[in-house]
Amino acid sequence: MFENKNAADISIMIRQKEVKPSEVCGYFLARAKETEPDVNAFITLSSDLMERAEKLDQEPISSATSPLFGLPIAIKDNISTSDMPTTCASKMLANYRPPYDATVISRLREQGVLVIGKTNMDEFAMGASGETSFFQPTHNPHDLSRVPGGSSSGSAATVACGSAPLSLGSDTGGSIRNPASSCGVVGLKPTYGAVSRYGLLAYANSFDQIGTFAKTVTDTALLTAAIVGHDQKDATSSRDFTIDTAAVEAFSVKGKKIGILKECFAAGIANCVDDRVMAAANTFASMGAKLVDVSIPSINDSLSAYYAIALSEASSNLSKYDGLRFGYRAAHFDDLESLYINSRSEGFGEEVKRRIIIGTYILSSGNYDKYYRKARILQATLQNDFAAAFMKCDILLSPVTPQTARPLGYKETNPDTLFLGDVCTVPVNLAGLPAISVPCGLDHENMPIGVQLIGRKFSDTELLGYARVFERESN
Amino acid sequence: MGTVYETIIGLEIHAELSTKTKAFCACEYRYGGEVNTQCCPVCMGLPGTLPILNRMVVEYALRMGIATNCHINQVSKHDRKNYFYPDLPKGYQVTQADIPICENGVVEFYHQNHHKKIRLARIHIEEDTAKLLHDDAFRGTLIDFNRSGVPLIEIVSEPDLRSSGEAKDYLEAVRTLLDTLDICNCRMQEGTIRCDVNVSVRPKGQEAYGTRVEMKNVNSFSGAMQAIEYEAERQTKLLQEGKTVAQETRRWDEKSSVSVAMRTKEDAADYRYFPDADLLPLVVSDEWIEKVKNALPELPVAKYERYLSMGLSPSDSAFFVEQPKKAVFFDDCVKNENVLPKTIANWIIGEITARLNKNSLLIEDSPVTVMGICEMLRMIDDGIINNDAGKVILNEIFANGGKPSEIAERLALIQNSDEDELSALVDTVLSENEKSVTDYRNGKTNALGFLVGQCMKMSKGKANPQIINQLLRDKLGNA
Repeated sequence: MFENKNAADISIMIRQKEVKPSEVCGYFLARAKETEPDVNAFITLSSDLMERAEKLDQEPISSATSPLFGLPIAIKDNISTSDMPTTCASKMLANYRPPYDATVISRLREQGVLVIGKTNMDEFAMGASGETSFFQPTHNPHDLSRVPGGSSSGSAATVACGSAPLSLGSDTGGSIRNPASSCGVVGLKPTYGAVSRYGLLAYANSFDQIGTFAKTVTDTALLTAAIVGHDQKDATSSRDFTIDTAAVEAFSVKGKKIGILKECFAAGIANCVDDRVMAAANTFASMGAKLVDVSIPSINDSLSAYYAIALSEASSNLSKYDGLRFGYRAAHFDDLESLYINSRSEGFGEEVKRRIIIGTYILSSGNYDKYYRKARILQATLQNDFAAAFMKCDILLSPVTPQTARPLGYKETNPDTLFLGDVCTVPVNLAGLPAISVPCGLDHENMPIGVQLIGRKFSDTELLGYARVFERESN
Repeated sequence: MGTVYETIIGLEIHAELSTKTKAFCACEYRYGGEVNTQCCPVCMGLPGTLPILNRMVVEYALRMGIATNCHINQVSKHDRKNYFYPDLPKGYQVTQADIPICENGVVEFYHQNHHKKIRLARIHIEEDTAKLLHDDAFRGTLIDFNRSGVPLIEIVSEPDLRSSGEAKDYLEAVRTLLDTLDICNCRMQEGTIRCDVNVSVRPKGQEAYGTRVEMKNVNSFSGAMQAIEYEAERQTKLLQEGKTVAQETRRWDEKSSVSVAMRTKEDAADYRYFPDADLLPLVVSDEWIEKVKNALPELPVAKYERYLSMGLSPSDSAFFVEQPKKAVFFDDCVKNENVLPKTIANWIIGEITARLNKNSLLIEDSPVTVMGICEMLRMIDDGIINNDAGKVILNEIFANGGKPSEIAERLALIQNSDEDELSALVDTVLSENEKSVTDYRNGKTNALGFLVGQCMKMSKGKANPQIINQLLRDKLGNA
């Protein structure tokens, strides 16, 4: 009934009273139950979705009704929900249920959007494949033997396999764009500060940003518009920020300059990725945009800077998981110290522990100046270089990842590929910019490829506009 | 002659600010509330929560900074101090590390009429921890989050203090200042002011400081004095024996009055300070500083000097400086009534304070109002009642309330100032006490006091003593 329908289409059907919210939710819930055994996109599926949907059936619909009214949404399991556990895909929080809703959840609930479930992810959002989840990895719906990308693995996969029309993820170093690209869906990482982080379980709080997934750019814009805006509970959320969905639809690229970001087309990139992403650039050119080559050499230092800052913040942000007040507590301990040590040793997975240890080392006396302070200087340089790049062009274009989705369990050994794996996405977080991944074709094994567009700070509406033009033209 | 050693002391005072709500959330906090009723997801450090800085905390810190003539850093920042402890729910404390809001100030005060100045290194904003409860009925430790996230300012002095007595004077001056600025409830027994004490000793005349020892867990002013004395003596003894003082942190054990080693420099805690990206840089505008400056109350030093100039004694002036609320009461009385300020001060410091203390009342809750005391003092000054009647009136007001003039009327305290009547009374007394009259005339002048007493007794306390005195002198002289 809704197989090939995007959220905007279903929204119109609900508003014209052709279907009820409960019918929509019933369809997606059934679809989720059908796909879950293969895909494992969810950690928790709502047990009362239908009851909540039936209540919405009774509500009057007016011109003031949200365009998302009655639609189900999947939520990454690091965003706090008071009616479902919020696990961060960790043994540490396997039984943790927050006593409050994240601001984005409150906003969606007010608009009649229903949380269908909490999605799988890399543990504490640390990873780019979904494989570090305590609840088994998510499988790529396009090829179940492959990873869906990460860390928002379940949020991308659920939209890709049609078990939810919309989802929320979070992006600290590419965690929305990477799985969006691997799963062939649209994924937007908004400008840092555009969406309230209140209720998002922090990994690296100066980079973390909640963002959106959908099948189409139009749906992505509708969902993003529904969650942005100032929040009194988040000091870093920006004032007076909105998404103009009409402007997204009306956007024209004629006369705009598209910067081809040289450093992201370096050694290690697969030929098919290079081809499809350049084809996307040429689509813009055919629509009247001008292509210019842009180089930001400091991007090559960005990974070191990113890890120094992100892991430092992570080591502090994850200190509250100590086994005392909530979450996992070791069964055996002799004193306070062994309670801490055993609970954290047993409750966290290997990747999380590795990152906490490195972060702790970086912040330790004597190392702070060597690593942390230097990383902040590199970050400032990179921000300036981005600003200079945006003097030469209106938007930057690059691949999201150098390769399409790899097989589950496969360990990449090519250092160039490994490096390039994060180098296109991470600089965006260091600079706090908005970026979007839009599907731009398939490789020879029919695995999706995404093109990344990077905009100026708070140019999210225009960024979506470029993406919408491309989407319309490439269909 | 052995070497004479000098003690060098620096204090880090943590003062809990009396803002209505906590530092980073909207929870209201009052000491003594039922456990875990004044907390929320933010101050309990639940996953996903974020801090929002309370502007009143900044305002209070600015008051202290400006009152101590600090340099105000118009852009400061918040940092995390990372360590694990059950009273610290986030695993880090939000504080200010390298850029505090206030730096390089001075605390000025009068002690025994000497004007003293102690330099401040810095004042910074931080949050308090939760409180651990050890209950015998329960094997283990419980956590009360009411105090978690309550704002503190840490006031760090330079090592300018040279004795435990001086340290106590300084502590009291800081407390007075906090009280005057109305930013702290200043109740040591409730833990609203706590301090860490840094002590070192050096041979007198030597310029370089000795090895510094930090003492934690000092919870009272007298504890601070004892801790300093104990530590100075311990260190001096070590040096006299040719040993060295280890750089370490020690814990002051108030019960047994000894300091106990906690940790040495080698295993000093590494707090891994770094910026808290959840909070924006703290920006203080020129306008804000100006506004706070203009709204500051009269500061202790200026107040002390003003009271001296009004004719109050140094100790009475100091009394009011240390008790700002009573000073306000006093100033209101002075404004209201044309009675000698010194007389008003005597009554407030003596009789009223004694009755407040006896009834465990604060001056704000005094049953005697400014208008009441003024009316009463005017009656005394006009000779309508005497001092003793004043005390009776105060007792009555403390017991049942009321207006002094009505009480004086009702209890028949109005004194007799009718010279003719009193003259007759004096004559009677003189005739009944011939021995005393003779004594007086033979030079035993204290017989006069006895005779005054007899007159007062005969009048049932209502005779105007000044008139009685004069009449007695006149009559005894003339006889």
